[in-house]
Parts: sequence; structure tokens; C-alpha cells
Amino acid sequence: MISILIRRILSLIVTLLIVSLLIFVIMDLLPGDPAAIMLGTSASPETLAALRSQLGLDQPLPVRYLAWLAGVFRGDLGQSYTYGVPVAGLIAERLAVTLPLALMAIVLSVLIAIPLGVQAARKHNGVFDFVAGFFSYVSIAVPAFWVGLLLIIAFSSMLGWMPAGGFPGWNAGLFAGLQALLMPAVALALPQAGVLTRVARTALLEVMNEDFVRTARAKGLSDGVAIWRHAVPNAALPVVTMLGLQFTFLIAGAVLVENVFNLPGLGRLAYQALSQRDIIVMQDVVLFFSGLVIVMNFLVDLAYLAIDPRLRANAQ
Amino acid sequence: MGRMRFWGSATMLKGATFGLAMAAGVLLAQSGAEAAPKTAVTVGMAVEPSGLDPTIAAPVAIGQVTWQNIFEGLTTIDRAGKVQPQLAESWQISPDGKTYTFKLRQGVKFHNGVAFDSSVAKFSIDRARGADSVNPQKRYFASIDTIETPDAATLVLKLKQPAGSLLYWLGWPSSVIVEPKSAADNKTTPVGTGPFKFVAWAKGSKVDLAKNADYWNKSVSVKLDTAAFRFIGDPQAQAAALKAGDVDAFPEFGAPELIKSFEGDKKLATVIGNTELKVVAGMNNTRKPFSDRRVRQALMMAVDRATVVEGAWSGYGTPIGSHYTPNDRGYKDLTGVYPFDAAKAKALLTEAGYPNGFTFTMKAPQMAYAQRSSQILQAMFAEIGVTMKIETTEFPAKWVADVLKAADYDMTIVAHAEPMDIDIYARDPYYFNYKNPAFNDILAKVEATSDAAEQEKLYGEAQTILAHDVPSLFLFVMPKLGVWDAKVKGLWENEPIPSNVLTDVSWAE
Repeated sequence: MISILIRRILSLIVTLLIVSLLIFVIMDLLPGDPAAIMLGTSASPETLAALRSQLGLDQPLPVRYLAWLAGVFRGDLGQSYTYGVPVAGLIAERLAVTLPLALMAIVLSVLIAIPLGVQAARKHNGVFDFVAGFFSYVSIAVPAFWVGLLLIIAFSSMLGWMPAGGFPGWNAGLFAGLQALLMPAVALALPQAGVLTRVARTALLEVMNEDFVRTARAKGLSDGVAIWRHAVPNAALPVVTMLGLQFTFLIAGAVLVENVFNLPGLGRLAYQALSQRDIIVMQDVVLFFSGLVIVMNFLVDLAYLAIDPRLRANAQ
Repeated sequence: MGRMRFWGSATMLKGATFGLAMAAGVLLAQSGAEAAPKTAVTVGMAVEPSGLDPTIAAPVAIGQVTWQNIFEGLTTIDRAGKVQPQLAESWQISPDGKTYTFKLRQGVKFHNGVAFDSSVAKFSIDRARGADSVNPQKRYFASIDTIETPDAATLVLKLKQPAGSLLYWLGWPSSVIVEPKSAADNKTTPVGTGPFKFVAWAKGSKVDLAKNADYWNKSVSVKLDTAAFRFIGDPQAQAAALKAGDVDAFPEFGAPELIKSFEGDKKLATVIGNTELKVVAGMNNTRKPFSDRRVRQALMMAVDRATVVEGAWSGYGTPIGSHYTPNDRGYKDLTGVYPFDAAKAKALLTEAGYPNGFTFTMKAPQMAYAQRSSQILQAMFAEIGVTMKIETTEFPAKWVADVLKAADYDMTIVAHAEPMDIDIYARDPYYFNYKNPAFNDILAKVEATSDAAEQEKLYGEAQTILAHDVPSLFLFVMPKLGVWDAKVKGLWENEPIPSNVLTDVSWAE
């Protein structure tokens, strides 16, 4: 068991190393020099050289890569070229927006999708099933940023109920923060909810035809209790798998929605860093995303154990 | 107001997933605090500055937050684009134009308590011109030979050769005065002498400033207690933020096509002014066929500038005939030198040996103005048989590498932001590859004199040469599309230098 764990962790580290090396090389091959971007259209070659040496850009690629890597192992993610502050702080600030946003979106999509999917499966081929199917196809087809624009027009410009975007910061109060994240979370959640509704419906339909559900009905449980107590837990595995996939997708995919709502999240940071060729920031953000995907996969595995007693028995 | 109105919807959302009871408490506390008269302003900007030190990086957004708010210079530039004294009370220029003696203002303190004197001024200028300086306008300090500080209130600049624009350059954001202790950290925590102090920078979101109670200039009364710059890139989001009252002013609104949507709104004022942003389609003057002046002239005559302005920027913007704006001193309207005339353009192209036209590539940045202008130019060139392929070139990264540094391009299009930068056509190397000794001579003469009238005359000659030589297709000056709350007073209508000066901003009753 422990040797499996060690082997798995080792393979993760190797994966991260390869990912980081790839990013470093790709960013280096991209045309564009962060120093030239910072100095604009008027700088002389001499000034440019001075800035390049200050930023360490005059060092060869392997030296820069190894210096960065050594820093990461010491827990130092380096300094942003453009902002001039430690990248770790930048990522932490942005995560305080993106993480709650993704969590809110996940919770919302579960709250929408599970009842909808369960009900659609129960009224299989009925009117409700059709309506739920229509909802999920539309919400999958409509891009999240477009939903975001519609929400802004309706609730900010026309009704004036919600701020049109931006983030006041958590020190402005929990309510102000949640209020700023609500519309973006809805925009992000809808397409996810559409997918999740379909997955939940299909999984439940399969389970509902199993003998044990019929037995539960036969021993006198009502239709609703039989489904929620016996069928739904057994249909949970594919739903949780989907959720795990969606969470990492949400964090990375928030970039468009963050732009529409002008939220200072991780997606915007990555986007800005790319356009400014802030290689160190790009590098750290990608490393962080890769790490996050791995952690999420691990959590999903743990969730399987919690949901499925058979797996628990095997693990022992 | 926005919060008050949200109360209605909050009641409707009762039973939603998060804690409303606590939310209501926060809400009431916040709305109660908003009764006093307004002394705070939130100004929207499209681009977030990268760092807050205008002396070490070029992006104009840095100066638009800090210049005249946090940082001040020996001289400054006023609303009309004129040079005015600031930390230097007055100055004398020797008859040969090579010695500038500044009388410095006494009793000025930086936000961290350090006193301003001649040693601080010398430090700032030495920092900008030193060997390891990364000042984006370092060239403007190149004429300075030595700096002397005979006493705390006197600064003497000895020049190698006369520099007629020196006082103007000293007013720029890149020339602001910083002090030795705090200079290295100005990038993240700027310390200046201005009417506002830096408070906080929530990266990706906003910069907060607060009034400097000890501001030296008692002749101005600063009405604002706090000010915030909020960064909103997406034009739709900018419009929404204005309409929802989340920002009080957008001095440089990003999308001309949305300006009309503000017209019915009585709460908002739309103020169209001038900028220094010259949109020009630069050509590689050493590459065939652009090395032939007649080809460049023909292309200029193929362009109907009014249509470009209409199509690219919804009709806002002023056509120009040279690399100079109506804001600038000594401006001449030269749009009549090569006015739109497709027949003449075709004839001139035939004379230059291209009766059947030619094909070339336009490297156009992704920004809306550049893309739209390119598409219109493409159609206009097609009329005279010239085929232009458009290659979108990521700005700034790839554009800086390909066009600005390597000059590997046929034609490009970009808005030049630096004020009074007609001298870029005299620089070598520069991406136009334009070499004209007669032009360089005139610009040298501008620096050799400090007589304003003489300078204006010379600038007129320089503009005329460019209008005839057409090293770039001179298209239009971008307007300053200001949209702000009708009660906000004191913002600049024009932008003779990229800035958002808040000194005189206040709220009307």
C-alpha cells in the first residue's frame, strides 16, 4: 500500500517537472521580451540591456530554469517581472477570488442538477424529462461568458440590483464578497449544471431498473424514499467523477467569466501574465493548476471510498 | 444607491442558499455610512499599470494613476499642454542655452516625511540618466553633462548641447522627483510629494489613494478625501460599471460604438476631448516598394481619412496629415497635402512602375482600432489595385519583437501615445527605417533654441516634410471619450499628456 503511494507521488513529481520544463521552453520560444514590453516604444537598446540584466533575462535558459526550480523547492516562487512582488502572494490573492467562485459554482450546479436529474429520471420520457433535457442542452450550448453578459444587462444595468462586476475584497464584508461572486458563479454553474443533469439522469435510470430498487419498493417504501435512499447513492459514482473533472475545469475555465465580470482571479492573472510575457508568473500558475488537478483526482478517489462500501472493503 | 436597491431583490431571494440575516446587518451598516457629502471618487481605467513607478517602465497606465496625484516633477504640464513650474519655483537659462539654474521650492515634504531639496532633485535625475537606469525616456536626459547643487534650494544643470525641450521633458511622468530612501520600492508602494498618498493596491482590481493633508501647495484646495482607480478591461463591463454607478468616471472610455448608449442617461456626462494618440500606419521605408516615395504618396491618396475614422472609431477622432496633433504647439493641418483621390493615386502608382499594383502584408495588432482600420485600408487599397493581406500580430509582445525591434514588416498600424514624439522619425534605429538628413537637421535646430516661437516654426517645417514624404500613413488622432457622473467636476477634458489629474476634482451639490 505504502509503496504504491510512494510510487504514485514520485510519478506525480516527474509529471510536474516535465510540465514545468515544457512551459518554460514554450514561453521562451514565444516571440516577445518582457523587458521590451515594459520599456515601450521609446527605450534605447542600452536601457533595454540594463533592464534585462536586472531581471536576469540575460542568463541562458537552463540557468534561469534551474534557478526557478531551486526556488520552488525552497518554497520561493520567484518575483513577478511586471508587478515586482513575490508570485506566491499574487497567487494567494487571486485564489481568494477564484476558489470561492469555483466552489459556489459547483454548489449551485449540484443544487440545480441533482434534483433536476433525479426528477427527470423518475418522470422518464414525460414532460418534465423533456423540459429538463431542453434546459440542459441549452445551458451546455450557451457559453458562460455570454450568460454573464446577459446577467449584467438584466440585473445590473436594467434593474440595478447587483454590482456590474469587480470585487470589493473580502475585507469589505462576507456579504459584499458573495454578492460580487453570485452572478459570475451562476454564469459558470449553468453549463456545468446542464452536463451534470444529463449524467445524473442517465446514472439514475440505470440504477432504477436494478433488482434492489424494486425490492425496496416491494417492502413498502414510497417511490421517493426508495429513490433517494437506495437509488441515488448508487448512482453517485459517475456524478462524483464528473464533479471532479468539472472542478478543475471551472478553475481554469473561469478566465472568460472573470474577464466579463472584471474579477481579479487566477484566470485573469494567467491571461495578463501571458500577454506581458511574465514568464515566472505563467510558470507558477501552470504549476499550481497542474498540482490542483492532481489533488482533485486524489480527492475524487477518496470520495469513491466514502460512497462505495465495496471499495472500502477492498482497500482494507 | 446600488446597495440600497439591492435590498429589494435580497428580500425576494429569501431562502436562497447563503446567510441573509448576517448580510442584512452588513448592508444596513454600509448604507448608513453613505449619508455625508461625497468626497470620494472612483475612476475607471481600461488597463492596470504594471508597477506604480513611472520612472522605470513605459506603460502609460502608470502615469495615469500616479502622475500629479502621487508624484510631481520639477516642472509640470497643464491642461493646455503648457509647461508650468512645480517643485522648481522658477529657472534661468544661460544665453548659450547650456546652463539651467532652478530655484527649488522650500518646505516640500515627501509622503514619508523626507524633505525635498537640491540633493533629492540631483538624486532623481542621476537615477534616470545613470548607467544602469531603466528609465523609458532615458534619452531625454542624455544632454545633461553635470549637475551642481550650490545650496539646498538651487539646482544647476550643465548641458553638453542646448536642449530646447528640456523643461517640457522634465514635466513628464518619467521625470518625476523621487527620494533615495523610498525610490527602490516605488514600484509597489510609491512615495511622492503630490496631493494624494498611496494607500493600497489590490492587484488585478484597484489602487486606493488618500488626500495628503500636508500638501505643500496651499493655493489649491483638494476636495477629495479618497480616490480609487479601478481597472476594467472589457468595454461592455466598463459601460455596465458606469451605468450601475460602480465607477464615477471613465476618462478614457474604451468603445466609441457604445458612447451613444449613454446619451439618454441624464446621470452621466459625455465629454469628447483630444488625446496625443496618433494612429499611423507605419511603413518599412527601406523595403520595396515602400522605399519609393511615390508609392507611399499613392497609398496616402488612396485613403479617405474621414471614412477610416467613421469605420474604426465611430466617427470620433480628428484626421491628421502628419505625426502631430491639434493639441501640440505649432500644429499645422496638413490633411490637404495628399487628400483622398483614388484616380491620382492610381496614376502615381503607374508612374512608380506598379500599374497592376502589388501585394504586401499588414501586421495589425489585435486592438479594435487597429483591426478595423486595417480592414478599411484593405478595401481602399483594393480600389487602386493594391492587395493587402492582414496578419494579426499580438500586441505588445509579438509586435514589439517583430516590428519595433526587428523591423521585419511591410506595413503596420499602431497608436503612438507619447506626446510630441515627431522626433521618432529622426531616430536610428527605429522601425520606420526613415532616413532624411534634412528632417533630422530641423529637429536638431528645435533643441538648439529655447525661443518658443522659433521652435513652433521649426515644428511646422518638420510636420510639412513628413506630410510630403509620407514615411507613415497619417490617419487620425484618437478622441478622449470621457464619460462621467454629471456631478463630477474638474476632470481634464483633453489629454495633452496621458494622465488622470485628480487635484481639482470635486462633487457638485
